[in-house]
Amino acid sequence: MANQCWTHATLALQLLRIDPGLGGVCIRARSGPVRDRLMTMVDATARRLHPAISDEALFGGLDLSATLATGQLVQEKGLLAVPGPLVLAMAERATTGLAARLAVALDKNNDHTLIALDEGAEPDECLNPKLAERLAFHVDLSDCRLADLADKAGGKASVLQSVTIPHDVTTQIIRIANDLGIDSMRAPLFAIRAARAHAALHGRGQVTSEDLEIACALTLAHRATRIPEPETQEEPPAPPPDQESQNNTEDNFDLPDELLLDAVRALLPDNLLDKLTAQKARAGRGNGTGAARKGNRRGRPLPSRAGRISDGARIDIIGTLRAAAPWQTIRRNASGRDGLQIRPADIRIKRFEEKSDRLLIFTVDASGSSALTRLAEAKGAVELLLAQAYARRDHVALVAFRGTEAELLLPPTRSLVQTKRRLAELPGGGGTPLAAGMMEAFAQATQATRRGLTPTIAILTDGRANIALDGRADRKQAATDAQQIARVLRAHGTDTIVIDTGNRPEPALRHLAQTLDAAYLPLPRADAERLSKSVATALGD
Amino acid sequence: MQPFPFSAIVGQDEMKQAMILTAIDASIGGVLVFGDRGTGKSTAVRALAALLPPIKAVKGCPINSAKAKNVPDWAQVSAKRAQDMPTPVVDLPLGATEDRVTGALDIEKALTKGEKAFQPGLLARANRGYLYIDEVNLLEDHIVDLLLDVAQSGENVVEREGLSIRHPARFVLVGSGNPEEGELRPQLLDRFGLSVEVASPKEVETRVEVIKRRDAFENDNAAFMLRWQAEDAAIRDRILKARKALTKLKTSEKTLIDVAELCLALGSDGLRGELTLLKAARAYAAWRDDTALTRAHVREVAPMALRHRLRRDPLDEAGSGTRVARTVEEVLG
Repeated sequence: MANQCWTHATLALQLLRIDPGLGGVCIRARSGPVRDRLMTMVDATARRLHPAISDEALFGGLDLSATLATGQLVQEKGLLAVPGPLVLAMAERATTGLAARLAVALDKNNDHTLIALDEGAEPDECLNPKLAERLAFHVDLSDCRLADLADKAGGKASVLQSVTIPHDVTTQIIRIANDLGIDSMRAPLFAIRAARAHAALHGRGQVTSEDLEIACALTLAHRATRIPEPETQEEPPAPPPDQESQNNTEDNFDLPDELLLDAVRALLPDNLLDKLTAQKARAGRGNGTGAARKGNRRGRPLPSRAGRISDGARIDIIGTLRAAAPWQTIRRNASGRDGLQIRPADIRIKRFEEKSDRLLIFTVDASGSSALTRLAEAKGAVELLLAQAYARRDHVALVAFRGTEAELLLPPTRSLVQTKRRLAELPGGGGTPLAAGMMEAFAQATQATRRGLTPTIAILTDGRANIALDGRADRKQAATDAQQIARVLRAHGTDTIVIDTGNRPEPALRHLAQTLDAAYLPLPRADAERLSKSVATALGD
Repeated sequence: MQPFPFSAIVGQDEMKQAMILTAIDASIGGVLVFGDRGTGKSTAVRALAALLPPIKAVKGCPINSAKAKNVPDWAQVSAKRAQDMPTPVVDLPLGATEDRVTGALDIEKALTKGEKAFQPGLLARANRGYLYIDEVNLLEDHIVDLLLDVAQSGENVVEREGLSIRHPARFVLVGSGNPEEGELRPQLLDRFGLSVEVASPKEVETRVEVIKRRDAFENDNAAFMLRWQAEDAAIRDRILKARKALTKLKTSEKTLIDVAELCLALGSDGLRGELTLLKAARAYAAWRDDTALTRAHVREVAPMALRHRLRRDPLDEAGSGTRVARTVEEVLG
């Protein structure tokens, strides 16, 4: 298997060289001898990108120093201006913005190929899906050892244009992509291209079933979103492919779907289902600029560093002068000119640590059942948490739900006094419209994200939801509504804590916390002090 | 390489219809295409340029003025005559700086001749044409703010580095994106007249057709373009005809009431929904070569005109398109 990975990786690189229209390859492996060995096969002319690359470096721009020196406009060429392979190191760190820029470059013309080196450690950490979509291949070398490697001699390539592909094969590829649950139209296109390129690699003028098998395995396996059901085979199995590829007759395409699917299935990762659930849970979470970390009032200044004057960068004057100071005598002697002499290399740029403010949204159950048992304790806990929030300068919002609806008692604020007062005034009684409370909290969280805050929702309830969203007293519907909103919240990616204030842990609430992917803290007979300690731990201070 | 022809796009009828409608009546205000990866969003938008009838503009004018008297002084254009030119479709790349979008001091002139001159930006070039933003939901916030302002006022004002320039910038916004990667701010959403959601085709035959055409486009480009450019030209002629028909189109009181009732029932914010819906329905009627606006036209374009103007309901998993369709059923029967 490991050896097969290596073969596929080298094959992918060869195919890319034949047909740059394949977009590129994502190589998932930690830095090491295996990867280094593979990289020796990449063109030496390949230019390297890194995730923090600036737009200027990508697209080019004004070369200020050269322009000033020559007195003529000198434009600098960006990395994307010259066709050829690009290597993106630490691809898992590429932001959506960079991915989008590269995706456009790959889309526009077929002269760039991208080799993305994905060093992600967690399954969550991977190449941006937008970019992965535009790369035909994906190979995982993490289980590959140096001993497994075998050098593969490249065959002589025939001209790509002349490779023909039978029409029914197209249909077959699409059927297989469908069976694997691949929606995107790029996948079958890549499969066809790869089959062509593979045929060209072996100097064949027509795509054979062997080409097809390899192409499907290489381009479709990693995109699969479901495992195809193994069908009961009715037709006789096709003759072995190596015999078949020799005779260029018409009948070398009765390769059943099943055989092709098997080739793909052999490459499906074992943990496909886990990965899919993880993806599903994250769906809808993006780091688009709309919700970006922008409210950096308390951005901590970091040490300045050498850089170029560009849009949005601020010059650290002291740092620049300090960098230029030691050179003054030398420069004065060299230029014969008096006065302060600053070269572009001296420029230091200010940097700030991006850290957005946190908003704690307390969603407090003030229903009758809660009031009877623990409302006072819950209030006490919130007060303690408020004190901590104050120390960290977090924002706080307070949502209470009772009767038939939820109410925003306090919009996001930093005022401790006001929060305390509102909390003390909080009356109890009525039903438990848990869903409505969560909905209000969600609305607050969405607004906060838009303003650049990082929201965390703390739900304090005894969990016996009995009022549905539409205000009816329907226990069953209320539970369904709560679950549904929980799924929305999770998809949105908001951090949540569920604190069970009931007399004994409520299984329904534990289930809700699971749906929310939230920390669940059952606190039967706990005092406020312990409650707030647990919350502080769960918040991960 | 020329972009993939518009008419060769298989299926995705709503998206194609929306683009044709804004080509008929630019005041509808642009199209937003949202959908999954690999559904042909970008392909369609890039293909739009070939579909647009040419405009008359003064040669060399940076803002494509129709008449010589409208050419700004700073442009220093000597030509007086207007000539045919293709409708500008300007690509606003994600990495564009503010300078490039609004225009800024012409550095070459400043450095070499010591002159203070204005170098027009993308907004100037897009005047009287289209501004296309791929991955619009990933656009930097400060560029979005800038666009919102200009799209609203139709004028680009540059006050910086000792320059004080204002020039008209009326353009149709066309955007595409994948909603999974980030949301669009409601303010920007509102600036788009129509919005469509696209999904990959589910039937094998359709998918086969997509692949076949793409394959032909890549491997037999000349013949393929010849075949489909003719179809594109036919659409272009029909757009021109529809533009003429639009002026003669009658709108009955009854339809106006329909439109208002529909928007009320949906609770869309402001009156922009009504106006866009009406304009889109009229353009659709003109496209269909009908002489009067009827309920059927309104029903057809209601989803694309209204879907992005609803308040988001986090619990509605079906999406706002279904909500509009449902309300249309209820109100218009």
